[in-house]
Amino acid sequence: MSSLSGTSAFYRRRKLVDRLMTVLAYACTAAAIIPLTWIVIYVIYRGLGAWDLAFFTELPQLFGDGGGVRSGIVGTLVIVGLATLMGVPVGIMAGIYLAEYGDNRLGGVIRFMADTLTGVPSIVVGLFAFGVVVVNFGYSAFAGAVALAVLMVPIITRTTEEIIRLVPDSIREASLGLGVSRWKTIMRVVVPTALSGIVTGVLLAVARVAGETAPLILTIFGTNFPISSNVFSGPSTTLSLQIFQLGGAPSPQVVEVAWGAALLLVLMVLGISLMARLVFRGQSVSGGR
Amino acid sequence: MDSDNITREKELARGRSDEQEPRRLRTAQGSTANRASETRTEPAVTVENLDMYYGSFKALQDVNMLIGRNRVTALIGPSGCGKSTFIRSINRMHEIVPKARVEGKVLLDGEDVYASDVDPVRVRRKVGMVFQKPNPFPTMSIYDNVVAGIKLGGNHKKSELDEVVERTLRQAALWDEVKDKLKQGGTSLSGGQQQRLCIARTLAIEPEVILMDEPASALDPVSTQKIEDAMEDLKKKYTVVIVTHNMQQAARISDYTGFFFIENMGDPGRLWEFDETSKMFSNPNRKETEDYVTGRFG
Repeated sequence: MSSLSGTSAFYRRRKLVDRLMTVLAYACTAAAIIPLTWIVIYVIYRGLGAWDLAFFTELPQLFGDGGGVRSGIVGTLVIVGLATLMGVPVGIMAGIYLAEYGDNRLGGVIRFMADTLTGVPSIVVGLFAFGVVVVNFGYSAFAGAVALAVLMVPIITRTTEEIIRLVPDSIREASLGLGVSRWKTIMRVVVPTALSGIVTGVLLAVARVAGETAPLILTIFGTNFPISSNVFSGPSTTLSLQIFQLGGAPSPQVVEVAWGAALLLVLMVLGISLMARLVFRGQSVSGGR
Repeated sequence: MDSDNITREKELARGRSDEQEPRRLRTAQGSTANRASETRTEPAVTVENLDMYYGSFKALQDVNMLIGRNRVTALIGPSGCGKSTFIRSINRMHEIVPKARVEGKVLLDGEDVYASDVDPVRVRRKVGMVFQKPNPFPTMSIYDNVVAGIKLGGNHKKSELDEVVERTLRQAALWDEVKDKLKQGGTSLSGGQQQRLCIARTLAIEPEVILMDEPASALDPVSTQKIEDAMEDLKKKYTVVIVTHNMQQAARISDYTGFFFIENMGDPGRLWEFDETSKMFSNPNRKETEDYVTGRFG
């Protein structure tokens, strides 16, 4: 009998185990994907019904037909925008420092603190902003933006560092060898080479904080009245906060508005994530061949 | 290193007296020192008693060398004996590596590049460098790659850039191949073209000395030929120092050759012998040099 074509008990058992493990792997993948798709489909199913003109143009009404989330849309854009303005420069600069100058004890300390800050519960960051900003200046969109910026900085810092480290040293050498100063080499050669990755990191950080709720409860108060036109003073609200406040209301119409807001928020985050993927695919870090 | 040779070089580095003039001429300029353009006779670079360390590891010991103006000097020797380290000490590029340090003197036109008030950025504008692997800036066009050094270095007139791009690309023997696609990315070119682009980029900052660290080692023979052709023209205007592992290349293009060697594992690299290329390849003073250039080891 040929030694290749034998059907021993061992061979059959091995084949069976192989089958089992394949099925198990597929099952686990499905278990991971099903809840995700379910959430998206369910949010669309429940939320799309709430979308009408009033949803985008009116204020919430806890009694009656529920109203709309205009204030939340504006508030989200303003607060996330402010947080981005504050967090991005700090995060990128810190990332540049860590990648280019951070191979020392100070760099190690900063890296450790950034990693720790990434893991700090966001409500703690909200409490921090409450203690520093709200206690002294009162509730404001600015206070909320400070909390979100603090959450963004470590994410941007670490992604910026990682992506700048990917820029090959030969590119730095080329620039330094031309008699270009270290600083100009970093800002005009290294950062542009890593730009698509840095933008991706920023977008992912924006997507991450756009749905934050806990720190905002403590800093922007959340209001169903028109939000303050002064970002430095007076209560504001966001979509996430409105989902929290309207979702628990007794009236089904109001709950429907909360679902509509949830759908809007999911689509915003999805859009930003897609944008991040497109930016990164368009251009990748590489130093030639 | 040959003790006669070293004494002579030390004398030459110090000496400016009339009595030594003829010999200095011979060493720095070779036997063909009568071209009209050559009015300056002192060497472009003088290296005196150079030691180089990476942390506690001594990579080079007691290198003395006179690098002739408007001459091509080739540096040969087995891998790991400090040739690349040596040329990086001339434009202070070794300082990128943490804990690398130098003892001794490197004089560029008589000025010590390691003097405390010397800015390495200024040194590198006078001593350009072409690296082993072509490294054009990936985010820049061919045009922008060529003028990158000028643009990022501060003062420049926009009107001059076009002229610089054409002149340097012609000098690097690349102009005809890229003149219709100057706005395309620098990394879209082939490896050999990229390396010539890097040479043009170095020429654009108008250095006095050009260091080349095995510029053709990653290239095919045709590209290598083009780079060698370009170097033939370059030495009319520039002082070129080239590290190469290719004996034929050293013999073809250089006027002077330095042989770096490590006698025992773990020793620092030394400049074993330094002389006119014709002498080094026909009748070197030391046995190791002869063994190396004839391919008996290394």
